[in-house]
Amino acid sequence: MKTDRILLDHGSGGKISHSLTLDIMLPVFDNPMLSKLNDGAILNIGGKKFAFSTDTYVVDPIFFPGGDIGELAIYGTVNDIAMCGGSPLYLSVGLVIEEGFLISDLERIIKSMGAAAEKAGVKVVTGDTKVVPKGAVDKIFINTSGIGLIPDNVDVGCDKAVPGDKIILSGTIADHGITVLTQREGMTFTSSVRSDTAPLNHMVGKIFSSSKNVHVLRDPTRGGVGTSLNEIAEKSCAGIKIYENKIPVKNEVKGICELLGFDPLYIANEGKLLAFVSPEDADKVLSAVREDEFGKDACIIGEVVSGHPGKVFLETGIGGIRMVDMLTGEQLPRIC
Amino acid sequence: MTIKHADEYRDPEISRKILDRINNLSKKNVRLMEVCGTHTMSIFRNGIRKLIPGTISLLSGPGCPVCVTAQNEIDAFIEISRVPDTIITTFGDLMRVPGTNSSLLKERADGKDIRMVYSTFDAIEIARKNPDKRVIFLGVGFETTAPTVAASILSAREMKVENYFVYSAHKTVPQALCALMKTEGIKIDGFILPGHVSVIIGTRAYLPFFNQYQMPCVVAGFEPSDILQAILMLVEQIENKTPGLENAYTRAVSFEGNEKAVGIMNDVFEAADVAWRGIGIIPGSGLKIRNEFSDYDAMKKFEISEKDSDEPKGCACGEILTGIKTPVECPLYKKICTPVDPVGPCMVSSEGTCAAYYKYHSED
Repeated sequence: MKTDRILLDHGSGGKISHSLTLDIMLPVFDNPMLSKLNDGAILNIGGKKFAFSTDTYVVDPIFFPGGDIGELAIYGTVNDIAMCGGSPLYLSVGLVIEEGFLISDLERIIKSMGAAAEKAGVKVVTGDTKVVPKGAVDKIFINTSGIGLIPDNVDVGCDKAVPGDKIILSGTIADHGITVLTQREGMTFTSSVRSDTAPLNHMVGKIFSSSKNVHVLRDPTRGGVGTSLNEIAEKSCAGIKIYENKIPVKNEVKGICELLGFDPLYIANEGKLLAFVSPEDADKVLSAVREDEFGKDACIIGEVVSGHPGKVFLETGIGGIRMVDMLTGEQLPRIC
Repeated sequence: MTIKHADEYRDPEISRKILDRINNLSKKNVRLMEVCGTHTMSIFRNGIRKLIPGTISLLSGPGCPVCVTAQNEIDAFIEISRVPDTIITTFGDLMRVPGTNSSLLKERADGKDIRMVYSTFDAIEIARKNPDKRVIFLGVGFETTAPTVAASILSAREMKVENYFVYSAHKTVPQALCALMKTEGIKIDGFILPGHVSVIIGTRAYLPFFNQYQMPCVVAGFEPSDILQAILMLVEQIENKTPGLENAYTRAVSFEGNEKAVGIMNDVFEAADVAWRGIGIIPGSGLKIRNEFSDYDAMKKFEISEKDSDEPKGCACGEILTGIKTPVECPLYKKICTPVDPVGPCMVSSEGTCAAYYKYHSED
């Protein structure tokens, strides 16, 4: 049964979102920079390489434990640029605000964006504000775009994983997605889970200082680690094997996932990265990540293998093997 | 929220020991059916199929509530969502299930007020906050969820909430086991009985079934060593030719079950003959709202006609739910029927057999 309307699933970051990009966007805008479908585009201007990226933030609620929509909008674009190998420099900010929105809330968001920009070391250099009638948007939507310079010796991309690469994950997964979920109407959890919203560009700087053999960087946001690994396996035509016991998940996050029937591998993160590194440099890069304030729980969760190209397999806690597929649409809470 | 006492049942050492015993004991080729969808998912998520010896085949049964919901019930849900001034409330799994021409997700995109809730009491709250709307809860599930839905009707009556209604499409497990045994082409040597359902109804609810068929049965929990323990007990029963009704989930399931929950369920619901997808009508396997509570019965209030709806052509859901076929034997599987564009509910529900195969199983 095909649909003639946009469903919420189209925004989930999984297979259904991909079909929109591939079937509707790409045929119209097609060019070599876009068709790589990375977190951002890599541009050659005047002999220099730049990373350019954009993202729009519609999170509900706009304030949540561990962050808010403003901070998320700054770090999200900063991280997208960093995952292209770029040092983020300049950002634009576009705001769409619903009539009746509290000015004090706007001030709170803007101040938070200012602090985030300072922490990430970027400048907001241009912007735009629109106000729409009540109901036309939900409170406030924010778009940020940004540009960063890629050092000459850096060449990372989702298509560059090779067999033997070790996969480093910078910390616990699913914190952001579960935090936002537990804040929504109808959820009566009292929980101490906090969003992991954080800038990753300083961590990326440390990674590049420690190794010249970094092949892939990716921040597993929407769709989670499971979806990101599938994209990398597919684009690199490589097989991936990960180990359930090595993937760090906070106990509380694990508990909420169990209760709702969610798989943390598919839940969004906003301050984590995956790095694919040659095996001889893996320990050096792992130490570098752990030195960063947002990478203390980093660990090696798996490796790239020569078998099953394009697919991700997981060794379960009790030693079984199963496939990890890409997320299809939004995960829905189960009945029992 | 930390889930306690789960890690010990995930201990690889304990699982390894149980697996060794299964390996030593299992001689005959046996086909064991896990009735419950949560078991199916746990078996796949933990990679249990690849760990057990080749003599044991695990079949997935009709225990995913969304999967066994008949096509005409899904169509009725969609029809009811189109009634003016209504708010539909439901558990998440149901949103994507395709009816003959639409799904609740598509109806929502079309402007219908359809809300996911986490509990029936959220639905009552929505009814209280929207006195000018009629709030309908779509009740799908087994004995696990039926008592909470029954309790919501009792609460609505006590709180005098007059705009809250339930569409009951609930089903009961023991009757389905009997129906399975009568299905043509079925080959099952033992049942892994559901954990959550058994917490409510107790092991005694399976006695009539067991006494009639002398079929090896073990109630199981959901952690890997729970499931392996149940498989071991079934293999023991089969190898020793000593069929029994046993309980491998004693930390949660008793012989009597939760008598209070069963009492509430029986106060509000009565048994009815209802259709299960792919299986057909099973006598006494449904829970319809008693006449005494007809003011809360959406089926009566909205006169929704349960028309005959054909199940989609080529979809092998019925044979998959009864363990006669596996998803890979369905001509639509992965070709026409995918989680993005599902044909049958077994591909939609997170606990559906086809979804589990699609997500976790690789032919490589």
